[in-house]
Amino acid sequence: MTEEIILEKSTSTAHAPAPGGLRWLLSDIYTMTWRGIMRYIRLPQLLIFSTIQPVLFLLLFTYVFGGAIQTPGTNYLNYLVPGILTQVVIFGSIQTGVGLAEDMSAGIISRFRSLPMARSAVLAGRTLADLCRNIFVMVLMITVAFIIGFRPEGSILHVILALGIIALFGFSFSWISATIGLSVKNTETAQVAGFIWVFPLVFASSIFVPIGTMPHWLQTFANISPITVTVNWVRALILNTPAGDNWWQSLVWIFGLLIDFSLLAVLQYGKTE
Amino acid sequence: MAEPIISVQDVHRSYKNVHALQGVSFDVPEGTVFGLLGPNGAGKTTLVNILTTLLKPNKGTAFVAGIDVVKNPSTVRNLIGLAGQYAAVDENLTGKENLEMVGALYHLPSKEAKRRAQKLLEEFSLTDAANRTVKTYSGGMRRRLDVASSLIGEPKILFLDEPTTGLDPQSRLELWEVIEHLVKTGTTVLLTTQYLEEADRLADTIVIIDQGKVVAQGTAKELKAQIGAGVMEIHPADKTKLGMLAETLKEYHPHIDMPSGLVSFSVHEGSKTLPEMIRKVDAAGIEVSDIELRKPTLDEVFLELTKKF
Repeated sequence: MTEEIILEKSTSTAHAPAPGGLRWLLSDIYTMTWRGIMRYIRLPQLLIFSTIQPVLFLLLFTYVFGGAIQTPGTNYLNYLVPGILTQVVIFGSIQTGVGLAEDMSAGIISRFRSLPMARSAVLAGRTLADLCRNIFVMVLMITVAFIIGFRPEGSILHVILALGIIALFGFSFSWISATIGLSVKNTETAQVAGFIWVFPLVFASSIFVPIGTMPHWLQTFANISPITVTVNWVRALILNTPAGDNWWQSLVWIFGLLIDFSLLAVLQYGKTE
Repeated sequence: MAEPIISVQDVHRSYKNVHALQGVSFDVPEGTVFGLLGPNGAGKTTLVNILTTLLKPNKGTAFVAGIDVVKNPSTVRNLIGLAGQYAAVDENLTGKENLEMVGALYHLPSKEAKRRAQKLLEEFSLTDAANRTVKTYSGGMRRRLDVASSLIGEPKILFLDEPTTGLDPQSRLELWEVIEHLVKTGTTVLLTTQYLEEADRLADTIVIIDQGKVVAQGTAKELKAQIGAGVMEIHPADKTKLGMLAETLKEYHPHIDMPSGLVSFSVHEGSKTLPEMIRKVDAAGIEVSDIELRKPTLDEVFLELTKKF
């Protein structure tokens, strides 16, 4: 009899919040974010390689192509920096999927799923850790850019806002990457599947060059790309030029991707057995 | 009779075309070690995944500490610890960090998590390696850390899915001792294994499953009794006559063990069978170097019950 009463009680609280509620959720997210950041501290090569590549791009594009590329109203370096910072966070977000695929194949996800922790914390922790990593790499990049002569024309507040937008943009791409990583369950595939669609998207945009010289069909594509509108907006902020429609188009993309893919990723995480 | 701490009733689970579990039922009394024995693909891991809320059954019910694992998974997760088939530890963290992380995810105060981590590192002889990243650990050390991680929440019920697979004999012995110690402190352990020796040594009750069904259940002693009183082993003087010997004794359904050079079969009444058998072997003119009548091992029970004998 008593047994039944206890059972009834526990069933009725089935969907009530956990005893710790929001505090536990935040604590779980904190723990998982810490774990994600430790991965970069213990595997510094992940950071080093993903920093060397954009630094090389920055130097090569500036000194090799820079002279040949006509940029409206400013020198090529100033034009390139907002673009290359965006490229850094996009490539960086691929690591989110790779990290999750790594966890899936190592079986540690099973442990997390058997713990009384918030399930969403596994994904939130990983994407937040990659956000921190992206911010770190961005700061490093902007320092290098300063050294070789980059000078923003917008106010310091505009520059900080621009960096914030880029970081948020990278965060939304992390959720796309998370969805891919959870679907493929294998690190090599996650790496390839993460790069393959990002690469053309990055080049067919206003990251490296003004899109005016591209063939017409490609311009059409580049114009609606989330990357182009976001780069145009942050470039306008950094160079103190008018942003036009780019700012709201970019926000629609960022929040659209963020909402869609965080839902998809959570769904995919729930499906994995 | 006390309520069972784990109760599984008619659980079914299929993946696409594979029927991993086809109506499994059993009860586990509190404070005991329960051995789930079966070959690869028998459905052991599927069952553990259902009991640890990682997987939902298609049909049937499962209760852990009186709580329905399907209806109330988060309550169940507070009471259990799981060490799965793969050492589920973070390679980039140190042993100590791994334990403290799992402690934090059980929402232990950080001081308490640190204290328990310290204690577990000692118990599992990992104190020296505590501040090294797991990447540098041997297979046995990872496995020990994995089991230690599953204990940091001080679970009422511990699930160990093939805990000693891939361990060297020394590590295996150490792990067995830890499990025996745990049971003394009141923890219930459900353990899956392919090693009969392991189930024989640790488990109070054993359930043998094969192809998603329970084929036998009982204590090691009861299971051994099920296939007869003993096993007869006959070594012919001339190994080339193994086939002929088996043919002579075919009414006993013998098994030929080539490497050991013997023929064996299970017997129910050894005293009756022995003279009868000797007459037959004599009549066939086969010279015998040794005859032994012994108690069956759990391996033989297992093979007999899963029809591979």
